[in-house]
Amino acid sequence: MELRVNGALRSVEVDPSTPLLWVLRDELGLTGAKYGCGLEQCGACAVLCDGRKVLSCVAPVGEFAGRAITTIEGLAQDGELDALQRAFVIEQAAQCGYCVPGILIAAKALLDEKPLPDEAEIRAALAPHLCRCGTHPRMLRALRRVLAERARR
Amino acid sequence: MIPPSLQRNPELDTWLRIEADGSVTVYTGKVELGQGLKTALARIAAEELDVSLARVRVRTADTAAGPDELYTVGSNSLEESGTALRLAAAEARERLLELAAAELGAPASALRVEDGTVRAPGTDRVTSWFALFGGRRFEGKVGGRARPKEPRAHRVLGRPGPRLGMEPLVTGRAVFVQDLRLPGMVHARVVRPPARGARLDSLDDAPVRRMPGVIAVLRDGSFVAVAAERSAQAMAAAERLRRSTRWTGAPELPPRAELYTRMRSARTQSFPVVDGAALDAPVPAREPVAGAARTLRASYTRPFQMHASLGPSAAVAWEQEGALTVWSHSQGVSVLRQALAQALRLPAERLRVVHLEGPGCYGHNGADDVALDAALVARALPGRPVHLQWSRQEEHAWEPYGPAMIMDLEASLDASGSVVDWSHETRSFTHLGRALPLGERVSGLVAAWHRDPPMAPPTPRPVLAPHMGIHRNADPLYAFPRRRVVKHFLDSSPFRTSSLRSLGAYANVFALESFMDELAHAAAADPVEFRLRHLEDPRAREVIRAAAERLGWRAEPRPRGSGRGQGLAFARYKNQKAWCAVALELRVDDASAAIRLERAVVAADAGQIVDPDGLANQLEGGLVQAASWTLKEEVRFERDGLRSVDWDTYPILRFDEVPEVETVLLERPGEPWLGAGEASQGPTAAAIANAVFDATGLRLRDLPFTPERMRAAALDTSPA
Repeated sequence: MELRVNGALRSVEVDPSTPLLWVLRDELGLTGAKYGCGLEQCGACAVLCDGRKVLSCVAPVGEFAGRAITTIEGLAQDGELDALQRAFVIEQAAQCGYCVPGILIAAKALLDEKPLPDEAEIRAALAPHLCRCGTHPRMLRALRRVLAERARR
Repeated sequence: MIPPSLQRNPELDTWLRIEADGSVTVYTGKVELGQGLKTALARIAAEELDVSLARVRVRTADTAAGPDELYTVGSNSLEESGTALRLAAAEARERLLELAAAELGAPASALRVEDGTVRAPGTDRVTSWFALFGGRRFEGKVGGRARPKEPRAHRVLGRPGPRLGMEPLVTGRAVFVQDLRLPGMVHARVVRPPARGARLDSLDDAPVRRMPGVIAVLRDGSFVAVAAERSAQAMAAAERLRRSTRWTGAPELPPRAELYTRMRSARTQSFPVVDGAALDAPVPAREPVAGAARTLRASYTRPFQMHASLGPSAAVAWEQEGALTVWSHSQGVSVLRQALAQALRLPAERLRVVHLEGPGCYGHNGADDVALDAALVARALPGRPVHLQWSRQEEHAWEPYGPAMIMDLEASLDASGSVVDWSHETRSFTHLGRALPLGERVSGLVAAWHRDPPMAPPTPRPVLAPHMGIHRNADPLYAFPRRRVVKHFLDSSPFRTSSLRSLGAYANVFALESFMDELAHAAAADPVEFRLRHLEDPRAREVIRAAAERLGWRAEPRPRGSGRGQGLAFARYKNQKAWCAVALELRVDDASAAIRLERAVVAADAGQIVDPDGLANQLEGGLVQAASWTLKEEVRFERDGLRSVDWDTYPILRFDEVPEVETVLLERPGEPWLGAGEASQGPTAAAIANAVFDATGLRLRDLPFTPERMRAAALDTSPA
């Protein structure tokens, strides 16, 4: 089947019941989305599908034919980091970083849908995503930094 | 004095190389766990060598290269590896300056160095570390005589700067062990017993062997694994295989409700703790103290808790021509190599263990175990790299837990409200279950217990050294006129247990700092003033004051039951590392009985600061993680088995529950740098308990503080 991933058409030979996550990781070499639980409980596997966040660890790849998938590797455009990625770097919003791709994807989906969310909306959007190192306060600061930049423009 | 890491690895070349491409390579025997080790070590090297941070590459532990520093544990890495590297870099600089002096025809003391470029002032003569020595190797040992820079000359240490490796993390290009992909790689999964102690009776692997992509099914006693061309195929095959297995002999667990009573009635080995160390001596009896006006007693408990890494453990193993290479996120590659060699009956020389970053582990989790799993499959499939990752359920079920603990405290106040006598008895299972090399019959690695013939799990033994395991931070830093600290070691746990970040310190500090609060209230004193009254250590006093001040501590007495409260707690980790105070504000939701953390301050004195942002990150993260342990976390189980098998059954703190966290770092230029990665765990738990008391008048002594516990405490009519 053919998949549109990060703007490119990719053809893969897989059983359509294979979870999207493993097609990305094993067939396409895109290991940014992580296996955390395989149960849609932790959010480490999040990717964008037609601009909306989806968890890729259970959803069969067959459901994604003809749809535009963006993984963490596709967030930067032409080598330039997305504003969210830059803010994460500036705020040093990571320790081990295993959860970071999923959380950046969730933040991207939120900000694309709602340009200036309030604090409660930010926290609600990120609440399905777990971080075990406790870097939540830094990630929240990074999001607020992006919103402050937007508000200035 | 030559630091232990240098005594063990004295050659300068082991630590540092000047490369021809204009970079500097630093080797360490420690590993990056998300704690910021690479950034901290790069800063130390950049400072001493006068090169920019961007030039420094840090290579973490590898049994084939660099120093052997055993484990990355105990908040020791800066004190061990950092101190050794600093001396090595200072010596390298001295040697390089001599070369430069000869090259430029000027005395070494007159030369100016900037980003590795060396100039003789007043001349146009220029060279660089790289032109002089790039690609060459230092010879001989680190003498330890070269003097590191004076603090006033520091240009990197203590100053803000970037964390290394952030861009790969935010772009998804960072390669964790979980992500390592090699040509011809096979993906494997294990089918574990349903419980510890269960033995495999039978399995039907014929249908599984016919599944797409399946390459091999391994059975060795009760160790069962399947290898396939792709991860998803291996997972599907493992699930089908699991459904075909029959097991016997899983022992019953004790009923959860009886855990603490059984811990109290179990046989113990008991030791007095003096100056932080357990002694092989009789435990002194409690004796009445003169001048006691009032005596308080309280008991505190902590359940089994998990590391619960966000990424299940993984390893890659590759057997080529009889030699085995293992990529692992272990905390101790050289020790793991020995343990693997014994379990595999291979000479250690034929094994190489390379550290590659993994998801945060927070102590001894499944990282070492999965390395043996992968190695066993790799030995059956020589020539092909084998990637093996645990499932979520496997990680929750098989990682060693932070052990349950009971702390019994008793103290007497004199008429003026000062502590005249103090007793702390701490009771737990081993916190030190690491996979040490233990001979041919005993192994700390899970798969070794399941193979035929099985190796036995290690027999837990008490360790008496200062602040090891159970008695870590049981001995308070306060200047009490009399104290009695006792360690009770229990040898038979219903679960496998080992080191979880801060080990016994988390629960001991929770208990002792909660009890200090109880005593302060009994003495009608402000809890901050009450602590200061009993503390002589000026650096301890300063972090407490700093945390209280930043929070906006209200010292005046106020009515309880408002639903909002402040709490503060303090500890110096192991009484010898960073000083840390946590002060916070919370609200107890009337309807749900849930505790909502609103604002938290963590103040710390970690000596000379190497990387301020890295230090703040560790303190903040420790606070949030400890808040999660304190409010939510408990391994749940019933007679017939474990109940905490995923994130729904073992919930942790989420984005809508974390407080704002502010950090206050005390500057101590020129003082030794001190480990701080575990410093905020204990104070956080007690600060929460103390704030809950301030908010509600209810004293919570049993972790975790779930809404059910809050409601039970509210219904309990006995005095708090």
